[in-house]
Amino acid sequence: MTPEELSELAVAERQRLDRLAHQINVCTATACHASGSEAIKTRLTAEVRERGISGQCLIRGVGCRGLCTNGPMVSVEPQGVLYQHVTADDAPALLDSLASEPVSHIQAPTDDPFYTRQHRIVLEHAGEIDPEQITEYIAVGGYQALAKALYEMSPADVVDELTTSGLRGRGGAGFPTGLKWRTVAKALSDRKFVICNGDEGDPGAFMDRSVLESDPHRVLEGMAIAAYAVGAHEGFLYVRAEYPLAIKRLTTAIRQARQRNLLGDAILGTPFTFHVEIRLGAGAFVCGEETALIASIEGERGSPRPRPPYPAEVGLWGRPTLINNVETLANIAPIIKNGGAWFAGIGTEKSKGTKVFALTGQVKNTGLIEVPMGISLREIVFDIGGGVPEGRSFKAVQTGGPSGGCIPDELLDSSVDYESLTRLGSIMGSGGMIVMDNTSSMVEVARYFMEFSMTESCGKCIPCRVGTAEMHGILTRFCEKRATERDLALLEQLCDLTRHASLCGLGQSAPNPILSTLRYFKQEYLAALESNQPEEVGAAAEEGRS
Amino acid sequence: MPSVGTKAGTNAIAAPTDDKRWRVVDATMRRHGYRPAALIEALHSVQESFGCLDEPGLQYVAASLGVPLSRVFGVATFYHYFSLKPQGDHTCVVCTGTACYIKESPALLRAIEAEFGIANGETTPDGSLSLLTARCLGTCGLAPAAVLDGDVAGRLQPAELLERLHQLVGAAKEVAAR
Repeated sequence: MTPEELSELAVAERQRLDRLAHQINVCTATACHASGSEAIKTRLTAEVRERGISGQCLIRGVGCRGLCTNGPMVSVEPQGVLYQHVTADDAPALLDSLASEPVSHIQAPTDDPFYTRQHRIVLEHAGEIDPEQITEYIAVGGYQALAKALYEMSPADVVDELTTSGLRGRGGAGFPTGLKWRTVAKALSDRKFVICNGDEGDPGAFMDRSVLESDPHRVLEGMAIAAYAVGAHEGFLYVRAEYPLAIKRLTTAIRQARQRNLLGDAILGTPFTFHVEIRLGAGAFVCGEETALIASIEGERGSPRPRPPYPAEVGLWGRPTLINNVETLANIAPIIKNGGAWFAGIGTEKSKGTKVFALTGQVKNTGLIEVPMGISLREIVFDIGGGVPEGRSFKAVQTGGPSGGCIPDELLDSSVDYESLTRLGSIMGSGGMIVMDNTSSMVEVARYFMEFSMTESCGKCIPCRVGTAEMHGILTRFCEKRATERDLALLEQLCDLTRHASLCGLGQSAPNPILSTLRYFKQEYLAALESNQPEEVGAAAEEGRS
Repeated sequence: MPSVGTKAGTNAIAAPTDDKRWRVVDATMRRHGYRPAALIEALHSVQESFGCLDEPGLQYVAASLGVPLSRVFGVATFYHYFSLKPQGDHTCVVCTGTACYIKESPALLRAIEAEFGIANGETTPDGSLSLLTARCLGTCGLAPAAVLDGDVAGRLQPAELLERLHQLVGAAKEVAAR
């Protein structure tokens, strides 16, 4: 396929879709799927066939629209009607209504702040196209950025464009993507690799899953552009085995892209070659760390190693390796298509573009959202999220998963960007955002995250292996009202030690949930101390001595 | 660079049994050129075909890829996704992700433990039900969630979950009795 053929296919496909009177999109991502969306799609397809309107009405499965709590979601285009909580029995009424007014009892408002306050770049196609059809991705301009990079730009131009855009790693740490690409591009080697990190391990985060399920070609296109820019010819997609639907759709997408000559040898008629393979993760949180992930692709236990040397110089099988997160790679195509300056115009001074968050917990609208950097936490929780359910009151919002922290009510007006969140003692993280209400005990939340970090510590370095276990022990004593003043002091010491002496990011950030709750909710720790009976302290101390 | 290995003494290593499922495992290892780096993919293949990684399976993979059994065991036990014990006829995987935790998933676990007498990772003595936990299913919008025999069930209350589990186990028993 040449760039001309790509454009022709896009036009032809758009014309085919424009000829249809209606396109009915049924969300088939994991959450809606679990709520029975497949049955709705089957029923709609059967009804359409029975009524003999297949020629005018297309039923298709699409990716996630975001508002998982109201699923299954169905939309009718180009009329722009949105339905929620749909069941298979609604199918006939839904089709009857095509010529007249929408079915009122399942109609969802499209002017809700949940939709209007978002800015969708990464998720622009999610819920709009069928992720299992490459032609649909091509129809919305897919692979045009790859063609532009290959035909109009040198690899150095691509890296420059990325640097101009100011894009930073969306996996959590926020390292400048352009700089990372430049380092790998500069490294001298006859063999380099590009890895897409899809080992989304934070509990309460499902952004990457949704991107891979809703728009897999977008990630593949990003990988191919990255490979061209850094001079790699082989790539790996490392995806959690717990995401079967994402794996299935990626496998399909890779096959289709290969057939159309958009991956593989002589891509788009140029000498550029890029082969991609999927590797399954096997459930180890530490594999989100890049050196551990590399070890896992090599078939080893996922233990991290000291850096430097960084993977950009010594990575997979000792070769220079570029590792980017799913969401980072999903940002590449629009940046190349629209230019780095366009992207740099969105967001704050140091944090550009948008960020996808999985908004969950005690909030009315749970689901996936994409917002411009610089939006306030309050806007996310109360405008987009609709606030906490009736009869409860907001207490804290947790970002960054087990590596992040809890942010209290009085700081909700802070801006969402890498620097602000770090200043608050949390981190941007990969995008989990969990809202907690007055029923949650912050000490228990800290213990929950420490239990996670303790279980997931690979055990290679002592500060992390022992530190997380000790901190978990102390937090358990707090939860069981057995803690002493000495425990509090020891806890603070251990946080400091684990943070500064651990080998990789897992241990270095594991104390964050404790540190942030100590900072904003210390009274809960002190209350646990006070409720501890003095006699028991004496007895415990006695026990300790004997 | 990975060495493109050949199956060490191909003729010498026969599959542990003549079970046809070994062919799937063989195909996976062949696709990766019997490289040691294919270890995790091979283990995924064994677990998917047989439900768990038993000792003959581990030994077969070790011999085929030319990897020491100690390393195969190390990898198999390092990753949570791999199980060395066979599962019961039915499985219930309770999500313990943050959103589910905030929405009381520990209560679901306690209820199952009280009703069926099994803790996380255990199987009932009659082999009918296994209880597992997942770090996060990524269906946080449906919290608290669980996977019952592969189907995701959301917004669960303890009583409702127990009822569904009894249906699952009970239905199987009726079929067996017939």
